[in-house]
Amino acid sequence: MTRSALDIAETQSTQAQLPQVTEPRNPGMVLDLDWVARVQANTSAIERRCASLPARRSVKKAHQAAWLLKAVSCIDLTTLSGDDTEMRVGRLCAKARQPVRAEVLKALDMEGLSTGAVCVYHEMIPAAVRALQGTGIPVAAVSTGFPAGLSPFHLRVQEIKESVAAGAKEIDIVISRRHVLTGDWQQLYDEMKAFREACGDAHVKAILATGELGSLRNVARASLVCMMAGADFIKTSTGKESVNATLPVTLVMIRAIRSYFERTGYRVGYKPAGGISKAKDAITYLALIKEELGDRWLQPDLFRFGASSLLGDIERQLDHHLTGAYAAGYRNPMG
Amino acid sequence: MTVKDIFETMDYGTAPENAADAFAWIVDHGSRFGHFINGAFTDAEQGFDSKNPANGEILATLTQATQADVDAAVDSARKAQPKWAALGGHGRARYLYAIARLLQKHSRLFAVLETLDNGKPIRESRDIDIPLAQRHFYYHAGMAQLMDSELPDREALGVCGQIVPWNFPLLMLAWKIAPALAMGNTVVLKPAEYTSLTALLFADICTQAGLPKGVVNIVTGDGAVGEMIVAADVDKIAFTGSTAVGRRIREATAGTGKTLTLELGGKSPYIVFDDADLDSAVEGLVDAIWFNQGQVCCAGSRLLVQEPVAEEFYTKLRARMDKLRIGSPLDKSVDVGAIVDPVQLKTITDLVSRNTQGVMHQAATDMPAEGCFYPPTLITGLHPADTLMQEEIFGPVLVATTFRTPSEAVEVANNSRYGLAATVWSENINLALDIAPKLAAGVVWINGTNMFDAAAGFGGVRDSGFGREGGWEGLSAYTKISSKYKALKPVPPNAGEGAPADPLDRTAKLYIGGKQSRPDGGYSQAIFNKNGSLAGHAPLAGRKDVRNAVEAAHAAKAWSKTTGHLRAQILYYLAENLSARGTEFANRINDLQGGKQGEKEVQAAISRLFTYAAWADKYDGQAHGVPIRGVALAMKEPVGVIGALCPDVTPLLGLVSCMAPAIAMGNRVILSASEPFPLVATDFYQVLETSDIPSGVVNILTGPHSDVATTMATHMGIDAVWSFSGTDLSRDIEKGAASNLKRSWVNHAVARDWMGPEGEGKQFLEAATEVKNIWIPYGE
Repeated sequence: MTRSALDIAETQSTQAQLPQVTEPRNPGMVLDLDWVARVQANTSAIERRCASLPARRSVKKAHQAAWLLKAVSCIDLTTLSGDDTEMRVGRLCAKARQPVRAEVLKALDMEGLSTGAVCVYHEMIPAAVRALQGTGIPVAAVSTGFPAGLSPFHLRVQEIKESVAAGAKEIDIVISRRHVLTGDWQQLYDEMKAFREACGDAHVKAILATGELGSLRNVARASLVCMMAGADFIKTSTGKESVNATLPVTLVMIRAIRSYFERTGYRVGYKPAGGISKAKDAITYLALIKEELGDRWLQPDLFRFGASSLLGDIERQLDHHLTGAYAAGYRNPMG
Repeated sequence: MTVKDIFETMDYGTAPENAADAFAWIVDHGSRFGHFINGAFTDAEQGFDSKNPANGEILATLTQATQADVDAAVDSARKAQPKWAALGGHGRARYLYAIARLLQKHSRLFAVLETLDNGKPIRESRDIDIPLAQRHFYYHAGMAQLMDSELPDREALGVCGQIVPWNFPLLMLAWKIAPALAMGNTVVLKPAEYTSLTALLFADICTQAGLPKGVVNIVTGDGAVGEMIVAADVDKIAFTGSTAVGRRIREATAGTGKTLTLELGGKSPYIVFDDADLDSAVEGLVDAIWFNQGQVCCAGSRLLVQEPVAEEFYTKLRARMDKLRIGSPLDKSVDVGAIVDPVQLKTITDLVSRNTQGVMHQAATDMPAEGCFYPPTLITGLHPADTLMQEEIFGPVLVATTFRTPSEAVEVANNSRYGLAATVWSENINLALDIAPKLAAGVVWINGTNMFDAAAGFGGVRDSGFGREGGWEGLSAYTKISSKYKALKPVPPNAGEGAPADPLDRTAKLYIGGKQSRPDGGYSQAIFNKNGSLAGHAPLAGRKDVRNAVEAAHAAKAWSKTTGHLRAQILYYLAENLSARGTEFANRINDLQGGKQGEKEVQAAISRLFTYAAWADKYDGQAHGVPIRGVALAMKEPVGVIGALCPDVTPLLGLVSCMAPAIAMGNRVILSASEPFPLVATDFYQVLETSDIPSGVVNILTGPHSDVATTMATHMGIDAVWSFSGTDLSRDIEKGAASNLKRSWVNHAVARDWMGPEGEGKQFLEAATEVKNIWIPYGE
């Protein structure tokens, strides 16, 4: 249940820094409604944990540089705008190939580092695939009537298939929030399962749109149901909701991932998206993953940032690490 | 390691806090410190070393205070006190505010110094200890400001001797000094010998704030210095520390008139119900028992897990423990720092190594090669009968057992000598709010733990001590009711001849458990009227009668669960029935006491019953404004079983004045009636019998107070003893009260005007209640 041998070979030959696929895929399981019903998430306690974590873990100097580079390797560099063009996507892909200036990477002995993926709308897949040819960097496509997910079901399934056919290796689907809000877990499970099937060998990330689910308990339940239905990743948000990735939502989702792993032995990935734009925040996220899930999840096959402006801040911090002087954004190439 | 290596391992590395400024401060003081007395440091003298427990290095040399030092400190505090009190609330508020601001300005210096001296992780001193200390000064600046308007009938106690422990050196100093100063007291404080440095830095702050000389005095040294302070001419002792020392202080101050607050040990239960957010409850334990290396009096050190989730919970907990980082306290990425001293480390090690029960897990995490460290430890499968379930370890050691039902959880939780704090995890608000009031504790945290704030009182029951620190409830520990002193006059019994006034014998008995019963000893004494005629015989109660009364009072525990409305109705009914026999009581009082005050006393007693009937459903708790999304409910709970030696004068009014506030608040009482005039009380139980008061709620004994005082004071089943006896038994009672550290309220040979306003009111209600702060964070 892994991606094609060709992909693996390609990944390993060109991108030693990015062990893209090493885990058996989550095959899913039967919907266990008892488990879903038992889930608890105490908001205040979760917020306290998230508030104290950044004060409990501090990463400095060389460690900070290494952690920031790790964050870069986990970025799904994203453009999801109505005015995207093929040229604009090309520029983004160039940045994905060389996310940090070559001399900086050379100084840190980290040449060859790329972002985890590039994430675009369906229409931009061919341009992205062309621009990333030979790099091993996968193209991820948002799908299923992103961001609202309210187009006809058969069209949403078809959209996945067409995106996979166009060369997307990862599909970011949006769930029907109404299934969560009405408590129709069976429907959510069936929908997710259908999306997973439509993806074939492409990895599927389930976007929960946590900002629209009403409670952390619902986030936990939706996370479990999507994993039971075979999601390879669970992802917070589309970036289009008023509230996107937050630490409390993250904690709830990764604890669900941990429970699922303890129960099934399958590791599901996690992708916070939207609202993470500072290098310091990225380190906090990585620390939370390290604390709650463990080091194995600190690899791009199990962890991604959905972000567009984060990379710029990380580049400035890396400049500072190397030179001791604070950097200016215009000195780094835009993406 | 290269960046590339770290990229693979994703280690945290170290993030050491710079301690240069703290060392510079020590060196500026010559690395040797004297005491801070009358606004200046004394010369450093013979003393002891203060060490960094993380590496054993000597930080500074401190001075062991002599008797002369303590006397000088007390003297300077005594001289400064009247002027400090006369400064007025606003004047004192300005100083407290200045101290709060200075603590903020120097917050990092305080944090680093605290961590160097105590071994706690810098995260804790920086994010918890020091900000909370600041908060206490801000909060009490406000209390000083409001004292004149909000506490018009109260005044400062005078000089307070304060002894604080080593686990939260500056924070405990703040808890003690801020309210004392706010209310117009001056202080002599002794920090713990292991951790005196932040107190000495605080002395610098007092100077910078321009605090008048003598208002704050700090003397350093070991327990011998503490004993000197306890014995000194101070008006109050506030102590935080071990139960054993607290008990000694209670005995040493017995009968001296020094007021006392004791915040002592604990073995606080941490209860996890099967519907809890288990991951969050596991994380809560990190804050409960691995906070400050478990050297926390209110540490959630006794884990109680509901059976269906026990194994799952333990598994999650062990995994979490293995993620804890133990190491240099100055490292910002460390969860667990150093144990305060090798002596404490040995205590912990010995206690754990002697245990042969249960299954032990110690965190599979790197331990520092040297220094004073102990690994986070969990011992599951223990039972209440195991030593480690009962003894306070005061280290990072969690012991665990299971329970089946909510009521069993309460039973196991309360099966402890201690009663400081408790934690309850459940997503069911019905369950959580049902359990919280049933736990024997001064603080209950729901779905969280170790939450503190200056606005919410903190303190315990049982062997965890008495008194509250923080909140409005904490102020009574640093104030007294302004009143004129009047010496207590003994009231001798009437002498007489054998001839009865009424030849038809009415045999007065004791009233225990709703029944008239003969005294166990089988003796009675003759009671004479003022005119010398025989009024009747009153039984002589002894030890076993006290025992029987306590048993009856315990059997009547349902009274504490009744509504205020019901208790009000019964008190009104009692007043009604007393009124119906008013003339008879008036005559009896006149016969016994002489004079014609009987009618007036009966009317006063009826009015008093009305007063407490009125209060029964109105002595409300508070919802404290603590800085969380949630509330801290200060609930007023009955103390439990109260033994009271009633005044000898005004035999009816005195009895009612003790009984009514106690039962109005839901307590059960054992009243030892007026010693010279007991027959009023034995008449009164007939009124009780007709007034729907459940059996055992009120029990009446007669005979000499001195025969029952010590028995009551040492009885483990009595939760508080009051004495208004005409015989000054204060010393015996306070000494005996040390046995289970029960609350005592004694007259110290000072008379009280029972007919006047000081015969009733909030002072009585406060004595009849415990304030339990229940923290309820909320949010979905």
